[in-house]
Amino acid sequence: MATVEIPADMELVYKYPESLTEAHTHYCPGCTHGVIHRLIAEVLDELGVRERTIGIAPVGCSVLAYYYFNMDFAEAAHGRAPAMATGLKRVSPDKVVFTYQGDGDLAAIGTAEIIHAVNRGELFTTIFVNNAIYGMTGGQMAPTTLPGQVTTSSPYGRDVETAGFPIHMAELVGQLPGAAYVTRQAVLDVPGIRRTKKAIKLAFQTQLAGLGFSMVEVLSTCGTNWHMGPLEALEWAKEHMVEYFPLGDTKMTDRVRALKEGK
Amino acid sequence: MAKELWEGNAAIAEAAIRAGVEAFFGYPITPQTEVLEHFSKRLPELGRVFLQAESEVASINMVYGAACAGARVMTSSSSPGVSLMQEGFSYIACSEVPAVVTNIMRGGPGLGNVQPAQGDYFQAVKSAGHGDFHMIVLAPANVQEAIDLMVLAFDLAEKYRTIVMFVADGSIGQMMEPAEMPPMRPVRPPEERPDWALTGAQGRKPNIITSLYLGAENMERVNLRLQAKLKEIAANEVRWKEYSTEDADLLLVAFGTVGRVCQTVVREAREKGLKVGLLRPITLWPFPSGRIAELAEQVRGVLVVEMNAGQMVEDVRLAVEGRRPVRFYGRMGGPIPLPDEILPEMEKLDAECR
Repeated sequence: MATVEIPADMELVYKYPESLTEAHTHYCPGCTHGVIHRLIAEVLDELGVRERTIGIAPVGCSVLAYYYFNMDFAEAAHGRAPAMATGLKRVSPDKVVFTYQGDGDLAAIGTAEIIHAVNRGELFTTIFVNNAIYGMTGGQMAPTTLPGQVTTSSPYGRDVETAGFPIHMAELVGQLPGAAYVTRQAVLDVPGIRRTKKAIKLAFQTQLAGLGFSMVEVLSTCGTNWHMGPLEALEWAKEHMVEYFPLGDTKMTDRVRALKEGK
Repeated sequence: MAKELWEGNAAIAEAAIRAGVEAFFGYPITPQTEVLEHFSKRLPELGRVFLQAESEVASINMVYGAACAGARVMTSSSSPGVSLMQEGFSYIACSEVPAVVTNIMRGGPGLGNVQPAQGDYFQAVKSAGHGDFHMIVLAPANVQEAIDLMVLAFDLAEKYRTIVMFVADGSIGQMMEPAEMPPMRPVRPPEERPDWALTGAQGRKPNIITSLYLGAENMERVNLRLQAKLKEIAANEVRWKEYSTEDADLLLVAFGTVGRVCQTVVREAREKGLKVGLLRPITLWPFPSGRIAELAEQVRGVLVVEMNAGQMVEDVRLAVEGRRPVRFYGRMGGPIPLPDEILPEMEKLDAECR
């Protein structure tokens, strides 16, 4: 990046987070992964923990997340990031550990790993990106695909009689005693992005304070596989996904609340 | 240190503790559960990590995570559980992080039973997981050797940044024998973890541990590096034991428990005037092919005895390359071949090769 001198009468108000590399991402135009990456990076910068943070990337569209985050990273097998994070954190309790997972990874093939990691109250943070579809393999039905939603593997629309129902992970995970802070947010507009950042920050603060497991489910879009333009995709998600996946906290222990309120 | 009476499974766990294991992740399965139980008692009192996982799939991925952090780590299981771990073996091998896994083999296929068996030879040696890789495979024949090989397993895993599998049939896990434990090695402090490990990118560039290499040339380059490493291991780490082979003109090849039984066969055959020698592979991969090829020049015929339908015999045939007849005797699903059964097979081979 070229260095520009800031004139004396001006103030630098916006810059690339140190926790991101300057690599160009492979994400499709309009994809919200980039926004979510940036929010995590800003939070890690603000908390000053980049140099002791270890991320675990999933299998899915964000499989290459380690090219975009400027910190130590491992790449997990499909769905196994919570188990890897468990092993890593248990032998490195002074590090900040997070998994970044999509809906196929976390809510289908990795259900056992996430549920049990949460139930043990593992001290890591999960960022769960829910866009209701398998992106990387080209738009197949996900565990979070909406009823009636057409995908390449539900060409007649998801029939809940045969394919089951969209799974509510934030609610499921929030029920478990090991969870300290679980919330569902959406990056579909600017206020939502701001709230998501606050949630991500609280999730990492929960980990740093050793209060238990923390997860932020982030409703996201997939214009490419939904066959929509970026704006249309944001509108579709607001109209349909938020209704099915209500936003808000599904778990906040008293100690997390105190942390949030600065007590 | 004096000899004490040790059960195989507990001895395996205690040997790993003496070797400085920092963390154990596992799931109960007969006949290896005592490994997990011993760790569950000992590791917390030593301030190290013990965790009972929700499945073998989770255990191996916890091992993978802890290994990425540069910790000395292991898991343990038995045949059906090891099958579940195979996804992880492949990732660990490609990522080149050190890890140790023990398989206290039981009868199969399927749920099989909890009797001692060697039916997982192919799995351990030839098909550990998807893609091109081998694990180093160590096979003890008694409790003392199990202890010694557990210590070696960690050294090899770290020296080559690879996955080491320790295979013993259920009888070695369950039996008690006098054995001597090595002294306690100090646990490596976290600040001495290796340079490649994920320890936080403080004052250095980020470390990335992955098994994803998009692009044909990239993936081939990684494969070539892995193959070069395997070649180096094959050149340096072959281990076996020989009994009465100096003057032998008939050769027995057997590993693990049945390798031990065959020592009796050698003695009894020699009492009957047959000049039988025994080669017992200790590393199943790399396999002592070179030494078997040499002995093939010396002997009239080879008998391979296993607790399976004939798996290692294929590697013996590859080593012998048709120079001598190679015959097989095996039992499956629990029975341990006894000298009374093996001796007539030896006599048959003797008659055939006159």
